[in-house]
Amino acid sequence: MLQVDNLNVYYGNIHAIKDISFDIKQGEIVTLIGANGAGKSTILKTLSGLLRSKTGSIKFMDQDIHHMVPNAIVKNGLAHVPEGRHVFAQMTVEENLEMGAYTRKSSEIAPSLEHIYDLFPRLKERRRQTAGTLSGGEQQMLAMGRAMMSKPTLLMLDEPSMGLAPILIEQIFDIIKELHKQGTTILLVEQNAQMALSIADRGYVLETGRIVLSAPARDLLEDDAVRKAYLGG
Amino acid sequence: MLFISQLLNGLQLGSIYALVALGYSMVYGIIMLLNFAHGDIIMIGGYIALFSIASGVHPALAVVMAIVGCMLLAMLIEKAAYKPLRSAPRISLLITAIGVSMLLQNVAQLLFGAGARSFPSSSIINAQNLSFGGIQISITAIVTIIVTIISMLVLTFLVQKTKMGKAMRAVSEDLGAAQLMGINVNHVVSFTFAVGAALAGIGAILYCCRYPLVSPTMGSLLGLKAFVAAVLGGIGSIPGAMVGGLAIGLAEVLVTAVGLSAWTDGVVFAILIIVLTFRPTGFFGRSMMEKV
Repeated sequence: MLQVDNLNVYYGNIHAIKDISFDIKQGEIVTLIGANGAGKSTILKTLSGLLRSKTGSIKFMDQDIHHMVPNAIVKNGLAHVPEGRHVFAQMTVEENLEMGAYTRKSSEIAPSLEHIYDLFPRLKERRRQTAGTLSGGEQQMLAMGRAMMSKPTLLMLDEPSMGLAPILIEQIFDIIKELHKQGTTILLVEQNAQMALSIADRGYVLETGRIVLSAPARDLLEDDAVRKAYLGG
Repeated sequence: MLFISQLLNGLQLGSIYALVALGYSMVYGIIMLLNFAHGDIIMIGGYIALFSIASGVHPALAVVMAIVGCMLLAMLIEKAAYKPLRSAPRISLLITAIGVSMLLQNVAQLLFGAGARSFPSSSIINAQNLSFGGIQISITAIVTIIVTIISMLVLTFLVQKTKMGKAMRAVSEDLGAAQLMGINVNHVVSFTFAVGAALAGIGAILYCCRYPLVSPTMGSLLGLKAFVAAVLGGIGSIPGAMVGGLAIGLAEVLVTAVGLSAWTDGVVFAILIIVLTFRPTGFFGRSMMEKV
């Protein structure tokens, strides 16, 4: 479904992503783990068109999306929940969700809204509130619901657990599993490697812009080097 | 008695400032550009209306032509001058805007001459005054205020309820996130310039009805004062621009009414200095702090 080959991304002179290749198959949960600054978010931003790679290719559903503008990429079914959630704080919860469906026909919005409200009853309760008044966990739910409003086939999540209490992290991961069960393929970027690997099929380990390890998630959970570096022993 | 006609006078002037200030604020909200060419768009609008009426076009059509002309010009300027600089430092954009302003003024001087031409305001709004028990009420003032209120209502609806308006708010709040929603930022920017210029076009006609003279530099002081109004209200804020415009208009008329008419411009710019010193975010401006 997604095939990335020899991707190189620069910030000015800084070589942030070094010759990265990876792939995601339909129906998988794939996770990228690694320390702060390893380049995880940069990869997602490049996939969604916010950043341009210098060389390499990105194929999504057999289409080259490498030089597409972000709005065309969303339309193709690739949605990105950015790190730090980035909800529109001054707009209401419902308006945020409507923005998520920007690329779709307005007649398709109402059924999708219902679907999202079923998944996130909290959002329904708060739909007339501005997003800035929500708690961190609710904002994360909103950011995920908003991305799902575009009916993506591949959902990319950047640090969904960041800054959340353990009980909320559990909830967010339950929802990720639910979205996956309903047929969405997931690319999950996490610093919380334990959580990410526990729900993923496969994982890639990033270190300073390079993929140093790729394996089924179960194997990574048991790998000594990974345990030492990312799972706290 | 005098108070009421002065109040109307102030509201009339303030309405015009508010219409123009909205263009500054909306564009700033979207691409963080102080579009100093905005005032000169008004001047072009004035000339379009002037020449179309002079060549026998029906005044109502002339008004529409002026508004549409302003919109097309603003979209052209955005595409040609600002869009190539989208990722350039903000100071480059600002300098470009000043350059565009000079270009428009000088092209107008070259084409239409440097002198002021009188504007046939009476063919648009009958300039007679109504008199109610000794109070002189200017019809132009009433029309200006009503047109402004209608424009604001339409704008509010546009921004709050339509898909494009919501996209504008999304882009102004978080450009990156808006792109991830699939919003085409170029369309939104174009649209914003067009809406701002339409309001400027309406402002141009109303301004020319109050001061029936059109000259190549007429837009610069009006533009600057509307800019002060936008800053006073909180740059980037739509209600702020409305309130700021009215406040500046009323302040000017107040200064004149107490006999200090030579000081009106000075007072307006003193307000700018005071706002920038003590409350740079204006009445409704967003603070620069970002929630983590």
